Amino acid sequence: MKIQTKNDLEKTREEGLKSLYPGTIKISVGMATCGLSTGAGKVYEAIEKEIGKAKVPIRLERTGCIGFCQREPVVDILEPGKPRVFYQGVTPERCGELVEKWLENRVVEDLLFCKMEKEDRILEGSVKDYTIQSTPAGIDGTPNYHQVPFYGKQLKIALRNCGFINPDHIEEYIARGGYFSLYKALFEMKPEEIIEEVKRSGLRGRGGAGFPTGSKWEACRKAKGDRKFILCNADEGDPGAYMDRSILEGDPHSVIEGMIIGAYAIGAHEGFIYVRDEYPLAIQKLKIAIGQAEEAGLLGDNILGSGFSLKINLFRGGGAFVCGESTALMASIEGKVGEPRAKHIHTTESGLWDKPSNLNNVETWNNVPIIVSRGADWYSKIGTAGSKGTKVFSIVGKVKNTGLIEVPMGATLREIVYDIGGGIPDGKKFKAVQTGGPSGGCIPESLIDMRVDYDQLTEAGSMMGSGGMIVMDESTCMVDVAKYFMNFLKSESCGKCTSCREGTKRMHEVLTEIAEGRGTTDHIELLKELGWVTAEASLCQLGATAPNPVLSTIRYFQNEYEEHIINKRCPAKVCRALLRYRILSDVCRRCGKCIKVCPAEAITGKKKTKKEPGEAFKIDAEKCIKCGMCFEACKFEAIEVE
Amino acid sequence: MIPFKIDGQPVEGREGGNVLEVAMDAGIDIPHLCYHESVKSYGACRLCLVEVARRGKSKMTTSCTYPVMEGIEVFTQTEKVLRARRMIIELILAMCPGDKLIQDMAGGMGVREVRFKQEDKDCILCGLCGRVCEEVVGANAIQFAFRGDRREMIPPFQGEAMSCIACGACVITCPVDVIRMKEEGDERTIVRWKRTLKMKKCKVCGNYFAPWFQLEKFKEQAKLPKDFFDVCYTCRT
Amino acid sequence: MEVSKIDNVIEQYGAKESALLAILQDVQAEEKYLPKEALEYVSQKMGIPLAQVFRLATFYNALSLKPRGRHKVDVCLGTACHVRGGEKILDKMERDLGVRVGETTKDKRFTLESVHCVGCCSLGPVAVIDGEVFGRLAQDKVPALLKEFK
Repeated sequence: MKIQTKNDLEKTREEGLKSLYPGTIKISVGMATCGLSTGAGKVYEAIEKEIGKAKVPIRLERTGCIGFCQREPVVDILEPGKPRVFYQGVTPERCGELVEKWLENRVVEDLLFCKMEKEDRILEGSVKDYTIQSTPAGIDGTPNYHQVPFYGKQLKIALRNCGFINPDHIEEYIARGGYFSLYKALFEMKPEEIIEEVKRSGLRGRGGAGFPTGSKWEACRKAKGDRKFILCNADEGDPGAYMDRSILEGDPHSVIEGMIIGAYAIGAHEGFIYVRDEYPLAIQKLKIAIGQAEEAGLLGDNILGSGFSLKINLFRGGGAFVCGESTALMASIEGKVGEPRAKHIHTTESGLWDKPSNLNNVETWNNVPIIVSRGADWYSKIGTAGSKGTKVFSIVGKVKNTGLIEVPMGATLREIVYDIGGGIPDGKKFKAVQTGGPSGGCIPESLIDMRVDYDQLTEAGSMMGSGGMIVMDESTCMVDVAKYFMNFLKSESCGKCTSCREGTKRMHEVLTEIAEGRGTTDHIELLKELGWVTAEASLCQLGATAPNPVLSTIRYFQNEYEEHIINKRCPAKVCRALLRYRILSDVCRRCGKCIKVCPAEAITGKKKTKKEPGEAFKIDAEKCIKCGMCFEACKFEAIEVE
Repeated sequence: MIPFKIDGQPVEGREGGNVLEVAMDAGIDIPHLCYHESVKSYGACRLCLVEVARRGKSKMTTSCTYPVMEGIEVFTQTEKVLRARRMIIELILAMCPGDKLIQDMAGGMGVREVRFKQEDKDCILCGLCGRVCEEVVGANAIQFAFRGDRREMIPPFQGEAMSCIACGACVITCPVDVIRMKEEGDERTIVRWKRTLKMKKCKVCGNYFAPWFQLEKFKEQAKLPKDFFDVCYTCRT
Repeated sequence: MEVSKIDNVIEQYGAKESALLAILQDVQAEEKYLPKEALEYVSQKMGIPLAQVFRLATFYNALSLKPRGRHKVDVCLGTACHVRGGEKILDKMERDLGVRVGETTKDKRFTLESVHCVGCCSLGPVAVIDGEVFGRLAQDKVPALLKEFK
């Protein structure tokens, strides 16, 4: 269906609304990568079977990630006149019950997560009321979506559509306000006005560095040259960060629409979305979305009859973290290796094939349509003075509610970790939050009330980065964390410049010495010096930020380093070379399980039988490889690690 | 010509030039390893660091890649720059402790000890051999391979460099002299690239003067007559 | 290695430098790795120096010059999985398979690799085998898991 006028757009919106809110029961299954990895595919099939058996028509839909990854697979049921219900941890075996009970106007209480009576339509600034006429039995006491702590404190702008639309249905995207911003930009605004609006909004790059987006657009617009490029950085490489992936899998059109608006403002007619090779589902969703947008005339020649043309190409990465760096990304698209170059001349002037290029992150592009539709005044009221809007974070690690969240800039770490994240599981104590991935640092407990925004995080020795937040507890060793990141960086470094290549290598080497009990008191100063030269002398931001994990852990956890160096002890009991596994002879029941599992044959002792008491079990420290298999196997907690 | 200052001294550079080349012309010494006037600036060794002040802001950067700009002020001997250069040369020395040039440079910068485990590499990964082979000679026989701490300059598949014409350009350009060329009888070998080629004899003087393979390549690319290289350069003139 | 298959791939993308990575990825999809002859053919057909093709093939993690086993095991060593004991899982796999990470078992049954973040952090520690995600792993679950793959 080709969309050539606003009328066409409105007609498509009507179609989409019918698809989003059909007159029948609609069941949606979260089928993003996190959902699929917990078995959502099988759940989908099971529900399909049940629908086949049911006597009334039921629509089955796929949707993206609603953010509560800890509770996947997530299934929601929507029926006109009833509250929308969300089920969590659904298994194929329970699907029959789910459908049957719903048809009896009942809910499955132990799987029920929350209910929704009003749906936010933030792009349009409206709320859809489900106009409740009847409530299913068993629903009393179920919290509303906004009452659930995980969701209550969130403000979903970038994640506005994830989990609420089928990303393969462009009409559903349009039904929730999609592509109306594009219409407004093309027909009601001039390119300079769009840039001014983005500047006033205060939007800063969501990929990590936080460069003011409007200024970047302006520089690219002003650059000399007729051929310009619009680029999207979807090479989300930080381990533990998957915000961009969720947006691409759940709402790809939001990125495409943002790019078209940006291309129009800058004067670019060709674009690339550089997607990580490790995201096959995101690539697939983008292909479908681009195809649909082209078919509808929203992408390609003469968009919406405006005379503006843009072609967007997909580029698949090859598995290299450094390709997330802007000049390396562009070199990669050109067919070369992802080696960064010096940026004395900015990429906005000379980038891809030496042409003016504007590169922005997935989440940045996704924010553009809402800035156009709601305006810079509305947008800039959210957040802090220096950081406007919201940020999507992936909260993972030692926290109860792992998943994807979005909060206004300025939310405190305490709110994020405790109110939304639910705090630390197993009664353990909070130790630190690592933000910014390998380019970031660890924020300790003493700073738990800090407001999360670009500048505050940088001041604390970390950075916003792409939004990965790894929560750590007392069983995480900070020396080990620093070593882990250096190991990652030294193999992901392109290796071109001495300071980064040798710097990360030697920092890893020194940290290994410390972790293995060969640390000396000079090592902390040596790490600081290596950190200094790697940061100051390197060519690109990978090198420049590489020392952050080391320097921030030294800054806040120096005592832990000293324990490793002076006392040859790892307080968190992680660094293997410093551990000793011991059997507590007074607790040991001599069952022999540990001997069975030990791969190094390091345990001696005789099993207790009915006739004989057996012999004391002992671990030979010389043979022990500290794998922990005995510790995990012992049911009597007779093995101690120190 | 574009005017600016280095260490307070007024200098001039051509449009599109870099700070390092202007400094060298002006007799100002900035240590460097991966820079060579015959190829594009690369910025890999990080030794030629300087501080550049422009529009009130100052930053440390490599002088070989920094473009000549009007009104900039370059400082080549600040404490920050010297400290960084010392650490860089220490890191390179830890990598290649046997390279005489690196030992001399380190000594000259006051680096007395290496605080890291010494490796036994000889190549400093400046890339000059590969860059010359690509940009000047056009043979593209060797290139960097792998990544990060595994990066090295090798022929494809670590075998014989099949595109190598044994011209010796890499031998001359290598700053640490670790690429050796030897001639025995009618054969020339570039040892590091495992490349041995048979040489052609001059019809006039009877000396072996260049590899067959190389001369065939030249004839092909420059569309020269078949017998063009039957006589060697010396005898032709 | 069929030359005609490689020709098809090159034709699909066009014999231009910017398509080299995509072409190599697709050629690899056929053979599960990039044999030397395949790289030499691509270099010759596209007019790109072999040294440059080799450079690309060794730079990007997605490309492998070594033959792979029937089943690819990717143990996630992303930060969240690492914090939840991902290293221990990798070590157990190394012990049980008798290979180090990056290697293939002698009987060509498994190739053991590590990967940084598959985005299933709430399930950590995670391993991906033949594209399927296995979460909430523990050392003692590894033998039974590997048995599933012949």
